[in-house]
Amino acid sequence: MTQAGRRVAAAAGLLLALALPPVRHVLEASMSAQMLLQLPLFAAAGYLLGCALPARIGASAASWNYHGISGLVLASLASAYWMLPRLLDASVTEPAMATAKVISLPLLVGLPLALSWPRASFVVRGVFLIELLATLFRLGWLYLISPLRLCNNYLLDDQQRLGQLLLAAGAGLLLWITCKLLWGRFDLARYAADDQTGRPRPESGTPPTLSA
Amino acid sequence: MRSALRTSLASAALVLSGAALLAGATDGFRAFTAEAARRIAVRERSVMVPRVMLETQSGERIEITDLRGRWLLVDFIYTGCTTLCLALGSDFARLQDDLAGPIAQGRVRLLSISFDPSNDPPRELAAYLRRFHSRGAGWLAARPTNNAGLAELKQRFGITILPDGFGGYAHNAAIHLVDPQGRIVEIVDLGARSEIIESLRRFGVT
Repeated sequence: MTQAGRRVAAAAGLLLALALPPVRHVLEASMSAQMLLQLPLFAAAGYLLGCALPARIGASAASWNYHGISGLVLASLASAYWMLPRLLDASVTEPAMATAKVISLPLLVGLPLALSWPRASFVVRGVFLIELLATLFRLGWLYLISPLRLCNNYLLDDQQRLGQLLLAAGAGLLLWITCKLLWGRFDLARYAADDQTGRPRPESGTPPTLSA
Repeated sequence: MRSALRTSLASAALVLSGAALLAGATDGFRAFTAEAARRIAVRERSVMVPRVMLETQSGERIEITDLRGRWLLVDFIYTGCTTLCLALGSDFARLQDDLAGPIAQGRVRLLSISFDPSNDPPRELAAYLRRFHSRGAGWLAARPTNNAGLAELKQRFGITILPDGFGGYAHNAAIHLVDPQGRIVEIVDLGARSEIIESLRRFGVT
């Protein structure tokens, strides 16, 4: 099996597993599990699919996806949508919203992320990482201090635990970014990927080569 | 640069359609929670109270629609509750005083509906009313006589009930204002008695 084939199989397996009623039930029984496991796993399935797509698909969209910006905007908007308490509630109780969640997270979050992140430059990645960081802290803080239940389907202590976990995730991400900035190796030329192919530019100093 | 321009256009289009979608999903950025959504929904599209058989604290059986012709303040409780329903109960007790006039004239009635009917026979419902020193007049406590009726009430009123893991329930507690035609017209927070009285004044009841 080719690498792409393995990725498609993994994505299909993941989607199938998430759709199994007992798995769905467990992941939707708590707010923390839905938000920190179910939603990211749906997006991960889409990411795997995106990685398996032939390079020419990403390349053909490249002129509309300069530095991956359009794709990252799409992924941010679609994921923001599923962070609203009202939609978390609705996706548990309304079949139409459950279907919308299953379709949109892989196709509108994971897949564009896979096509766009490798094209994103250092600055673009920084902007989106900071936005993710801010979102984790904002939502975590909101869930932690809200005296009201924001979802009718979840208990207050569950909501507060999710708040703590989101703050912890934010702290972890901040630590990772800090370490990366302090000690990481940055090949800035690599980030300045060629717009058309998404492949890294050749190292400076080495003569450009023709690739098949 | 063409691709930068195209990407700006694509991103702007995405942001605009995302905002439109979000506006649609949040009633125009007004309701970010299901609870806010249900309050806006009844204010904008009147929802009828379903025809459900109830058994009151005195054991009498009535159709909820028999109570039409006057304004109803409805809350959902279970008598084993030690948290929210206590607040709802004392709210209703105070409303009974605040609205003594309209209640005496038969224009307003308070109705507490139990969503735990198997544990709330008339005896428990009567004890619930006594616990809040109900003045008797105009405050009914009742339970649906069958599960289908309970399910229908929960659906129409938008009540979600969750076991809290300690033998009780968590529920979205609020006071529902029902007009004489049997339409749910407003939902207010518990504790917001002045809002209820203000609404009744706006509707010309007090």
